[in-house]
Amino acid sequence: MVKTDFGPPKYLDMMSDLCKRNYGKWKYHEVLDTGTLVHVSESGEKLYTVRAATPRLMHIDTVRAFCDLADKYCGGFFRFTSRHSVEFLIEDEANIEPLKAELHAMGYTPGGVGNTISNMLHTQGWIHCHTPAIDASGIVKSVMDEVFEYYKEAKLPARLRLALACCLNMCGAVHCSDVAIVGVHRVPPKVQDDKISKMCEIPNVVAACPTRAIRPEPAKKSVVVNDERCMYCGNCYTMCPAMPIFDPKNDGAAIFVGGKVSDARHPAMFSKLAVPYIPNEPPRWPTLVKTIRLLIDVYAKDAKEGERYGEWINRIGWEKFFQVTGLPFTDKHIDDYIFSVPTFRSTATFKW
Amino acid sequence: MPELRKTPMLDQLLDGPFPSFVKEIKKGAEKNEACNDLLGQLELSYEEKVTHWKHGGIVGVTGYGGGVIGRYSDVPEKFPGLTEFHTMRINQPAGWFYKTDRLRKFLDIWEKRGSGLTNFHGATGDIILLGTHTDQLQPVVDDLAHEGWDLGGSGSDLRTPSACVGPGRCEWACIDTLDIVDTLTRRYQNELHRPMWPYKFKIKISGCANDGVAAKARADFSIIGTWKDNIQINRTEVINYVNGGFDIIGQVVDKCPTKCISYNPVTKSLSIDNSNCVRCHNCINKMPKALRQGKITGATILIGAHAPILQSAFMSWVIVPFMEMKPPYDEVSELLEKIWEWWDENGKMRERVGELIYRLGMRSFLKATGLPAVPQMVLHPRANPFYFWDKEEVNQ
Ligand code: HEM
Ligand code: HEM
Ligand code: HEM
Ligand code: HEM
Ligand code: SF4
Ligand code: SF4
Ligand code: SF4
Ligand code: SF4
Repeated sequence: MVKTDFGPPKYLDMMSDLCKRNYGKWKYHEVLDTGTLVHVSESGEKLYTVRAATPRLMHIDTVRAFCDLADKYCGGFFRFTSRHSVEFLIEDEANIEPLKAELHAMGYTPGGVGNTISNMLHTQGWIHCHTPAIDASGIVKSVMDEVFEYYKEAKLPARLRLALACCLNMCGAVHCSDVAIVGVHRVPPKVQDDKISKMCEIPNVVAACPTRAIRPEPAKKSVVVNDERCMYCGNCYTMCPAMPIFDPKNDGAAIFVGGKVSDARHPAMFSKLAVPYIPNEPPRWPTLVKTIRLLIDVYAKDAKEGERYGEWINRIGWEKFFQVTGLPFTDKHIDDYIFSVPTFRSTATFKW
Repeated sequence: MPELRKTPMLDQLLDGPFPSFVKEIKKGAEKNEACNDLLGQLELSYEEKVTHWKHGGIVGVTGYGGGVIGRYSDVPEKFPGLTEFHTMRINQPAGWFYKTDRLRKFLDIWEKRGSGLTNFHGATGDIILLGTHTDQLQPVVDDLAHEGWDLGGSGSDLRTPSACVGPGRCEWACIDTLDIVDTLTRRYQNELHRPMWPYKFKIKISGCANDGVAAKARADFSIIGTWKDNIQINRTEVINYVNGGFDIIGQVVDKCPTKCISYNPVTKSLSIDNSNCVRCHNCINKMPKALRQGKITGATILIGAHAPILQSAFMSWVIVPFMEMKPPYDEVSELLEKIWEWWDENGKMRERVGELIYRLGMRSFLKATGLPAVPQMVLHPRANPFYFWDKEEVNQ
């Protein structure tokens, strides 16, 4: 008989005695360097954390190597963060440097704490999903290689969160990131009339379209797409494999900036469109990487201490943002989706 | 064992300081044919700039409606190892804490029954197992069950709830995020494992306004820790920060969104007009040794976040400004169950709860849940006179 519905392992079974003893009794923490934190509890006990970014996609042998390090230096306990970083939880201060050295030798450099770029949140891409417009892991690798200094050294005005989603389903928290990459299609789906009636439920396909671009075509037992209304979301393809939306000549990436999830100082913000389209250029996406680099360098130079990306833009204004980055502003930047009018400016106060 | 696939494009991703996923797949390819084929298929995607995964396909295991996602190559003749290469979502321990002996057994099972490739973790919060055959799905689930690991959610069900590290290692957790997520996950196993709703439903829990799991941005039901009374000030530590050269005016006083902090440079003392504090957490973030949250803690509950498809994206909005979060969290459950009932009854297929509220109005939602309307729910009251009255509210 199969056992079901017993739930995940209990977290307390996965925690060291020190963590359990001081559970909920942490008093303060300090950032020791960009890869190391110390948490001090009411009782005076200390817990050191060494953090390092992982590629998220890992072979079990790599996870086993993490286990080896945790056994050697951390009494057998470690954790991961919400951004796919690994964290080693150390009791004995003397273990910090040897652990870091071994991690580094494995190719995992500690970093991402404090005013840095931490690990880049991302999705599956060509590795494992059926709807992506771009790859995920390859772009993340290329971008992180390029901006690695900002991961290792605290040279930014504030923390900076990068994220990537490989299609408009956006399976990673991209819409509230400082700088986000999103895979976009640019042409409507191609309707395969001969397959639709066999593979798809036509009413569901019609209902799936957010812009009502799809109509039934009873004569052919198929559907037609009104190209004028389609905004290439791929939702129809999700419902119906006979409407593929891929187009290697046209698929690519958009860049959104200025979002955050924390409410500190300024409430959480959505990311806004900075660059509508950059073509796919595997294996290292040079144009995309260069543009991300530019977006980060300009912010690093121009923002004031403590200002997140979106706070910086709010202070200088979007017209200035396009000026200082040199990025073109186009009709694509002006919203015409469902709730667009409140994004239009209705004051005559702006900068030149 | 056939030779490793030639991957000139992917090989360019082996260099550089950031750890390489290609190296990870190659580790697998040395002992597993499916990983070797994955390299080959990915190289083909790099050449052609298009995915080679076919559209889903239903696969499943006994007793569960979700947790497994079908994955089939569209070029199986070239890459026979990927003919079936399904994803499995395994519910993570709260806070993503691991003890190595437990985890090693987990990894051994995946070595025996799958590709050996994983995500720690998927954006859903689950451990993701990337790639196995249909006939291995049931054995994986059985073997994992034996070691105490259960499936996560997928499809139109309660998705695997997740929470920030909270009291496990953070002084800012106003609520016991780990206990809450663990309790709710266990309580709603049926909802998690058997899709029966209009669409997916996500619960995410952050211990404070820093919102470490992006609950407000990603979860239909977002629980965020906060406090009600005064911020605690340690005067000696304030002086230590100032003497250490910390820019208290620039980083704390001027950055307070409600300008309710004042600093006296003569006495080096900080004072906070707590009645005007909105608990944004900035001052505490900047001076963790000097400032601590109040002692009357609980959570703000927000609802409705979902991605841009279909109705534009929403961030969650406030429905309960403050709820005490005492175990066993029955108050949260009562609210959740009322919401699910209303959504289940009124929601259209693939309509998230936030979209339903948008379609029927907060007024219907409040009526269904019995929650009172309070000013904390809005940035400002409406600016138009187009509102509805119920029959009972007007003179007949
Ligand atoms: C200025 C102060 C801070 C702010 C505003 C802040 C904000 C945030 C935010 C918004 C997140 C969400 C995830 C992300 O975007 O990376 C986060 C995550 C996190 N922060 Fe902080 N944080 C601050 C300081 C710290 C410090 C000093 C520590 C270490 C003690 C810390 C530990 C973490 C951890 C561990 C996570 C990941 C949570 C998880 O995976 O469970 N944060 N923080
Ligand atoms: C039309 C709709 C959607 C389809 C067909 C879809 C499909 C998928 C598939 C197939 C995966 C698994 C990828 C893999 O591991 O093979 C996935 C993952 C995921 N999806 Fe979606 N998705 C849709 C919408 C969404 C939306 C609207 C969200 C949230 C806003 C979302 C959140 C996620 C998350 C968080 C993951 C895990 C991704 C990861 O860890 O990389 N999905 N989705
Ligand atoms: C840059 C483009 C964007 C990307 C890549 C993106 C990505 C994502 C992803 C990956 C998620 C789901 C994560 C999860 O459930 O674990 C998500 C959720 C969400 N996004 Fe975005 N987003 C983008 C733009 C926006 C915009 C413009 C908005 C609003 C105006 C928005 C609002 C939301 C909301 C409310 C959710 C809630 C999550 C859910 O459905 O579970 N996003 N987004
Ligand atoms: C059902 C709704 C509404 C009706 C029936 C209505 C009707 C009217 C009428 C009849 C006038 C002309 C008065 C005159 O001849 O002097 C007027 C003027 C005006 N309405 Fe409305 N209105 C409505 C809603 C609104 C709303 C929602 C706004 C703005 C938010 C608005 C803004 C104005 C303004 C600015 C004027 C000019 C007032 C002036 O001359 O000082 N109206 N409206
Ligand atoms: S974002 Fe799109 S392409 Fe990427 S994993 Fe999610 S559904 Fe797949
Ligand atoms: S891609 Fe999106 S907008 Fe275009 S037809 Fe399909 S569902 Fe409609
Ligand atoms: S959200 Fe708050 S309580 Fe949770 S880990 Fe982040 S800072 Fe700590
Ligand atoms: S928590 Fe925010 S609003 Fe409250 S005093 Fe501190 S900075 Fe000001």
